Amino acid sequence: MPDEAKQCVTGNTDKRYQAGVIEYTKMGYWEPDYQPKDTDLICLFRITPQPGVPPEEAAAAVAGESSTATWTVVWTDRLTACETYRAKAYRVDPVPNTGPGTNTEQQYFAYITYELDLFEPGSIANLTASIIGNVFGFKAVKALRLEDMRIPVAYVKTFDGPPTGIVVERERLDKFGRPLLGATTKPKLGLSGRNYGRVVYEGLKGGLDFMKDDENINSQPFMHWRDRFLYCMEAVNRASAATGEVKGHYLNVTAATMEDIYQRAEFAKELGSVVVMIDLVIGYTAIQSMSKWARRNDVILHLHRAGHGTYTRHKNHGVSFRVISKWMRLAGVDHIHAGTIVGKLEGDPNTVQGIYNVLREPKNEVDLQRGIFFEQDWASLRKVMPVASGGIHAGQMHQLIHYLGEDVVLQFGGGTIGHPAGIQAGATANRVALEAMIQARNEGVDLWNEGPAVLEKAAKWCEPLRQALKLWKDITFNYESTDTPDFVPTETASA
Amino acid sequence: MRITQGQFSFLPDLTDDQIRAQIEYALGNGWALSVEFTDDPHPRNTYWEMWGLPMFDLKDAGGILYEINGCRKAYPKHYIRVTAFDSTRGWETPRMSYIVNRPPEEPGFGLVRQEAEGRKIRYTVHSYATDRPVGERY
Repeated sequence: MPDEAKQCVTGNTDKRYQAGVIEYTKMGYWEPDYQPKDTDLICLFRITPQPGVPPEEAAAAVAGESSTATWTVVWTDRLTACETYRAKAYRVDPVPNTGPGTNTEQQYFAYITYELDLFEPGSIANLTASIIGNVFGFKAVKALRLEDMRIPVAYVKTFDGPPTGIVVERERLDKFGRPLLGATTKPKLGLSGRNYGRVVYEGLKGGLDFMKDDENINSQPFMHWRDRFLYCMEAVNRASAATGEVKGHYLNVTAATMEDIYQRAEFAKELGSVVVMIDLVIGYTAIQSMSKWARRNDVILHLHRAGHGTYTRHKNHGVSFRVISKWMRLAGVDHIHAGTIVGKLEGDPNTVQGIYNVLREPKNEVDLQRGIFFEQDWASLRKVMPVASGGIHAGQMHQLIHYLGEDVVLQFGGGTIGHPAGIQAGATANRVALEAMIQARNEGVDLWNEGPAVLEKAAKWCEPLRQALKLWKDITFNYESTDTPDFVPTETASA
Repeated sequence: MRITQGQFSFLPDLTDDQIRAQIEYALGNGWALSVEFTDDPHPRNTYWEMWGLPMFDLKDAGGILYEINGCRKAYPKHYIRVTAFDSTRGWETPRMSYIVNRPPEEPGFGLVRQEAEGRKIRYTVHSYATDRPVGERY
């Protein structure tokens, strides 16, 4: 630490508060000796500094701009307990595989702590206005990404969390010991209410637990929202009577105003829907409002992550989806789309598993390989059910269960509706594949290696599964992921 | 019709060996098994009758299968399910549930619609089995 910087934090205030512009490290935003308190919120940023900016200065600048600083010294700091309110960068590490000799500019992981009193209790809007409010456009850093966040238990406890959670959702649906199955109604746009409900009925009767509106189906000229809700609930109830199971359809209540959202949600509730759906683009405040509504009304709250790819996908700039997942567990949603690994959308296996762990575990341990940089105690906040959706089919069932476990909703949209023998057959193929795979797993079968044989065996007596395997057997989406972990496990000598 | 509640209703009915394998999986996880039966499998009929208490202290799959077969013998035409309870903190809920017996003819359910205002419909799933008194349903 430069001597000048040390002087300012140790109280040499004469120089520190002279009018003018000084480095952030000298303003008290860089404190390498700082020991984070249990009540501090800690962020890990990936920083690409501008050429010539030392990493400590870049980290201090991020700490400053995401807490109390402005670009110049202000005497009014001295009216406050400013050393408490300053965020403090306390550690900077070079990111593995960046810098000279690699294809990537030198990047740094900067650890920054924030005093608990900087944040309003129970407000994702306030938390994010600080942490990602201004700083991402800041000139001194070329690119910036929020990789992970340690939320102190003291702050976790100011949130209600998921209104239903995995345990209560399963009890309410009477479905245990296997992933839930869903499908998104296709085509996502253009169907009339009557035709739309047909797809819902066929999918549910064929064996799915849930059908789903897509993110952009709200209330358009071809289908008014009330029509959609009425026909979908006819389909849900008919399918329930036909199978003896509780069924649901995620009625998307996303709308232009909060008043409209509430109106649609109330209607869904009056019709007896067990679940409603919102899109991430409605914003954090609206999400928290709907979480409270869902809690008041015993309705499961499904969140589609519409829009996240604009800021989560690329590693050098934005916010990682594991951080968004942490915020959504606090904000309180019951379902969240969190990646498939094997499907058509972005998803490195380790990164996706890290996100699933954030959503489902009571406590996360440090797991660098999966992108988890901090221990995180969720303090009994309910578990969020992750949803795997996008380009998956029955032939991948063993891989899906291997990677994602059983507390997940597997959503086969095209993989149900595109079945050559119809939607019911598509749904049945998926359900048979799922049950056969869970049975085999429980019997001790090695799914990774023996999974295809399990599917083939079930396909011998289940024609829809046979047809599905034949049609989609070679469909994979093997593109390189962009959001990958920076750490790989290293061999440790075992002597 | 075939009621498809539980983990394995889309598969052919489980054999005793297959039921036993699932019991062993539950026991391996430290879960307690329970046998329940009903003559009204309405999707929201949560509380089926218990064939004794959950077998917290019975760790022998053969012994549990013996209890299942005892229930089947007493109620050959009822629905019977096996449930595995997990008492671990953070779960404290069933982790498995699967049907091991069902009547030869499953009457299923009707859907009763009550038309209400604004095109709303109030739905009731009606269990045909309950049209007859308890004891005469199957």
